[in-house]
Amino acid sequence: MTDASPLARKTWMATLAKAPPARLVALVPHLPAHTVLRQPEIGAVMVRGRVGATGSAFNLGEMTVTRASVRLATGEVGHAWVQGRDKGHALRAAAVDALMQTGQAAELMSRVVQPLEAEARAARATRAAKAAGTRVDFFTMVRGEDK
Amino acid sequence: MYVAVKGGERAIDNAHEWLAEERRGNPAVPELTIPQIREQMKLAVNRVMAEGSLYDPDLAALAIKQARGDLIEAVFLIRAYRTTLPRLASSRPVDTGAMAVDRRISATFKDLPGGQVLGPTFDYTHRLLDFTLMAEGATPDQGSPSPLKGQGRCEDETRAPHVTGFLNQDGLIEEATPSDTMPPDLTREPMELPASRALRLQALTRGDEGFVLSMAYSTQRGYGRTHAFVGELRIGTVAVEVDIPELGFAVEVGEVELTECETVNQFKGSRTEPPQFTRGYGLVFGQSERKAIAMSLVDRALRWQELGEDFTGAPAQDEEFVLMHCDNIQATGFLEHIKLPHYVDFQAELELVRKLRAEAGAMQEAAE
Repeated sequence: MTDASPLARKTWMATLAKAPPARLVALVPHLPAHTVLRQPEIGAVMVRGRVGATGSAFNLGEMTVTRASVRLATGEVGHAWVQGRDKGHALRAAAVDALMQTGQAAELMSRVVQPLEAEARAARATRAAKAAGTRVDFFTMVRGEDK
Repeated sequence: MYVAVKGGERAIDNAHEWLAEERRGNPAVPELTIPQIREQMKLAVNRVMAEGSLYDPDLAALAIKQARGDLIEAVFLIRAYRTTLPRLASSRPVDTGAMAVDRRISATFKDLPGGQVLGPTFDYTHRLLDFTLMAEGATPDQGSPSPLKGQGRCEDETRAPHVTGFLNQDGLIEEATPSDTMPPDLTREPMELPASRALRLQALTRGDEGFVLSMAYSTQRGYGRTHAFVGELRIGTVAVEVDIPELGFAVEVGEVELTECETVNQFKGSRTEPPQFTRGYGLVFGQSERKAIAMSLVDRALRWQELGEDFTGAPAQDEEFVLMHCDNIQATGFLEHIKLPHYVDFQAELELVRKLRAEAGAMQEAAE
């Protein structure tokens, strides 16, 4: 088992969680041999905001989340918490999280995680470019008293 | 008084079957799919998520379909489903300063750093029916929407600072000081009054859009006036981060679209506060601009006591009035229950009125 830094793990777990489930299936069609430690469970996470964006926390409302945990035949344990109610997504993300702790990590990083990250970045950039296309440059007309 | 009523089972079954048939409408017209509702009725989906207090676009779309487009009925379905879900965790407070912004405007600063971004807005449309969407009997255009004429240059901004932050630097506006005290949760504990601002915001963000809008409008017309400007309105997505107990660190589990509104309000000072701008805050699931602006106005109006302002008796200043009446599921539940059988109640009322009339008649006879 290779030791992944919490930051690296946090990053790939987020990428797997936010990936469109169908993309994850396409990139990882077959799951490795594993036992399910925690059956995929659908639940809610209470999303919090802050008063005035920076002040004290308040409860905004819940979102659906599915979580699952698996153990590979080789012993590594993988976890997933993913938005929505797709149990297959949670299970697959947990399996990849476990595989990312094995010798296959580098291969999975370049074949699965990095492409997903690139796709997410591209989607975000497309939207940002559309938003930028609606940017206004206000200019003030010469006012009477300025003459 | 409630008593069990038996009978009518077959009538109820038939009514529900007919309901399903009416929901489907003319079978010659293709049936709506959940993805169609999710993608093309997005603002209705957003409203159902906000007032249903559960972010899940597919479920909200399903609820709208099942409710035949009755949005309050759809909110009811979502609220009922929500109660079946175990609460797995609470998120870290979302960072709206890191929002991927689709829209960001300020009515107070024209030179907003990063610029005013209009986004996909109805503003500046002419509000004329667009018959090309109906295709006037011809086959509607099935092509994908035409790309924007010239996309803008987009700076790689990871943070979009809030407008109120600029005023803050000069001490001209009250600060919102961070605190990590556990916020109250009205879905777990019955609402107690007086409510903290955190509890009020939770009630308002899931409150009925029409109710919150009317309350906000009443403040603009003079019932608890707060002289609000939209300091900033932004719409976009933020990541939701949750502390995962089995790992000991926080992970982003997904993204939600939010609308945030901050008002800047005139404030000439009071017994307890110096003259400075004050703030109202609105934050709502989805693209829900009207609701977020209304929420921030009502939030500010409810803060009269904290800011040492006078209570003028305006409904929007009355915490109990606003918070106890803004939830459309509580309201519709109580309102609509009066149509259900109340035969025994009514029988008692009937007896009472007959008795009173008999007594009144007897008294009149005696007087004559």
